Amino acid sequence: MRRLVVTDPELCVGCMSCMFACSRRFGVAGLAKSAIYVRSIGGVERGFTVIVCRACKDPPCVVVCPTNALRKRKGGGVIFDCGKCIGCGNCVEACPFGAVQWDFEENKPVICVHCGYCVNYCPHGVLAIEEVGE
Amino acid sequence: MKLFDPYLSRVLYIDLTRKRYWVENREDIFEEYMGGVGVATKLLQEELPRNADTLGAENVIVFAVGPFNGVYPIASKTVAMFKSPLTGNLGESHAGGRSSIAIRMAGYGAIVIKGASDIPIYLAIHGEKVHFKDARALWGVRSTYTIGRVLREREPGSGYRTIMRIGRAGEELVRFASVVVDSYRHFGRLGLGAVMGSKKLKAIVISGKRTIPIPNKPKYREIYNKIYKAAIESPAMKKYHDYGTPVNVLQLNALGALPTKNLMTTKFEGAEEISGEKLAETKLARRVACAHCVVACIHIAAIREEYPHEKFFYTVRYVSYDYEPIYANGSMLGISDSEGLIRVLEEIEVQGLDAMSTGVVLAWATEAYMRGLISKEDTLLDLKWGDWKNYIQAIRYIVKQPNEFYKTLALGVEEAAKKYGGLEFALSFGRNEMPGYHTGPGCHLGWLIGARHSHLDNAGYSLDQKLLSKGLPTPEEYIDSLMKEEAWRQVLTSLVICLFARGIYKPDIVAEALNATGYEYKVDDILNIGWKIYKNKYKLKLELGFDPLKLRIPRRVLEVPTPHGGISEEYMKRAITYFSQKIKKFLES
Repeated sequence: MRRLVVTDPELCVGCMSCMFACSRRFGVAGLAKSAIYVRSIGGVERGFTVIVCRACKDPPCVVVCPTNALRKRKGGGVIFDCGKCIGCGNCVEACPFGAVQWDFEENKPVICVHCGYCVNYCPHGVLAIEEVGE
Repeated sequence: MKLFDPYLSRVLYIDLTRKRYWVENREDIFEEYMGGVGVATKLLQEELPRNADTLGAENVIVFAVGPFNGVYPIASKTVAMFKSPLTGNLGESHAGGRSSIAIRMAGYGAIVIKGASDIPIYLAIHGEKVHFKDARALWGVRSTYTIGRVLREREPGSGYRTIMRIGRAGEELVRFASVVVDSYRHFGRLGLGAVMGSKKLKAIVISGKRTIPIPNKPKYREIYNKIYKAAIESPAMKKYHDYGTPVNVLQLNALGALPTKNLMTTKFEGAEEISGEKLAETKLARRVACAHCVVACIHIAAIREEYPHEKFFYTVRYVSYDYEPIYANGSMLGISDSEGLIRVLEEIEVQGLDAMSTGVVLAWATEAYMRGLISKEDTLLDLKWGDWKNYIQAIRYIVKQPNEFYKTLALGVEEAAKKYGGLEFALSFGRNEMPGYHTGPGCHLGWLIGARHSHLDNAGYSLDQKLLSKGLPTPEEYIDSLMKEEAWRQVLTSLVICLFARGIYKPDIVAEALNATGYEYKVDDILNIGWKIYKNKYKLKLELGFDPLKLRIPRRVLEVPTPHGGISEEYMKRAITYFSQKIKKFLES
């Protein structure tokens, strides 16, 4: 299995290309469907933080989901079943990194699938895909 | 043709006097003019009383984005249009940062701001909701940095919002006050800061998140990748990423085209010290990007300063630097101490002034002081080349306006020279202070005839440099080239892309990219739209009182040789006369 890793946020210039790439997976533009999130740490001069699912082995978001819409993924992280999700938002609260983004158009969480599409659009080497065991 | 994204054509109207807002769907103008400058011109034509007092409630501010913002890379700019308090004519200024993405993601293609508030307020626009918020406590705060920090903490949308604010300069109606956008980008030119100040509008925060639908998804991804790849691989883009725009300092200096000490000369002995190369080595702290731009040309310097009476206490402060601010406040003021230069730029940022106008105004004041046209009674301090500490104080005086002299200086260099003399070395074009090029006749013609008197209107400075090996064309041919370039740039600034990417966004790529997002334009259609917008804009410009035959060519420009040699007055006059006839015919066509 593979997982997305943030190798060095100090190299991040805050261009948001990864965020746009994530929504573009579905062939659309804009930011509503993006599972990755970049913001400054209090003014761009101080640098950026890149927030995305870390593929926890024991993910807290799974535990708080009342409808089993989230289940553990092999190699870490979770798999999201939209049909089961009632949009309660517990997962957003549960993630200590704030890595569960919210799709306000669908009223559902946006969950990173560790596909690595965003990595292709980070020209500064902030993101990478790494192989992890099952 | 039906627009594929129904949100792009939504125009948010805000009336500050009545503190009301409403949304209108303006598919009509977004279909015809795409967005950005094309739409903003049209909206301004509709809303602006031609005789409006630029600092009165009747002035109008329009912000507009276009079909490429949030969709394609390096489409990162927002266009602002208004009546300029500096020139009394059409005002247009572009800014990057997060502004264009925030406006489009909030669900609007344009925002029209009218009227004036009775008390200081700021606007918080989050998606559908517009909040009029009390800014009385923010009014009078010393620094734009503080305003940014306060609003960052108070408002939601971290990461994808924009925070536009004015400084003390805007509050005090300095005619070249800027609007600081996010961190270190600006609606710098032509005094939008003063217009906001006159409306008691301290800041605007905008945020939102949404999907922009795309009709042809595979095609969209294909053309996106083509543009992205070109951006990553282009040497021009790499140059801007490495050193940023200040890479031009040494190049222009070597050419003998770097305006120095109020353009008394074109080579600066201290150029090395304030070059992009040197600053990258000694001052650079971080490079950052506008939203959706991989280039990351924004270069931020760190000031590390020990407290004089507290050993081991340091303050580390940040300020961005670019070519134009370096020219205007470095070579133009004879400042070769890079530390001093960065401190001057910091003060300009703190006060919320346009760095270019400020430098040119101070350069004129320095020469006028040296020639005895003004005295220390006026200036309250010694103005001399390189004395950055006094320049910092003078910048504070421009904002504070403690006497008649600084009150006049705050009106711009043209007004100051009219009152105190020295018009022959007052470097303004159409009343706008000059950009940093003395490359030949093209740059000066370009900003005389350009609709916003900016080097970005038609890039005469670039044409001058390309023509160095071939020699100059006739004045008529030169004007034709400049007008053609300006018409094309109306397209780029309606999309709205950053003009640094103009080498990538050629007409065929633009057409392809538009087609993938649902616009059925061919290359010829796009070129025609460019000419149509150019025409609308110039029509408005003439209605606001512009007359090409009344343009003043500063004497200094004709006296100091360029890389093309001396500029002849006859060449310039022939060009202007030809332009004035051509534009008249064009508007009648």
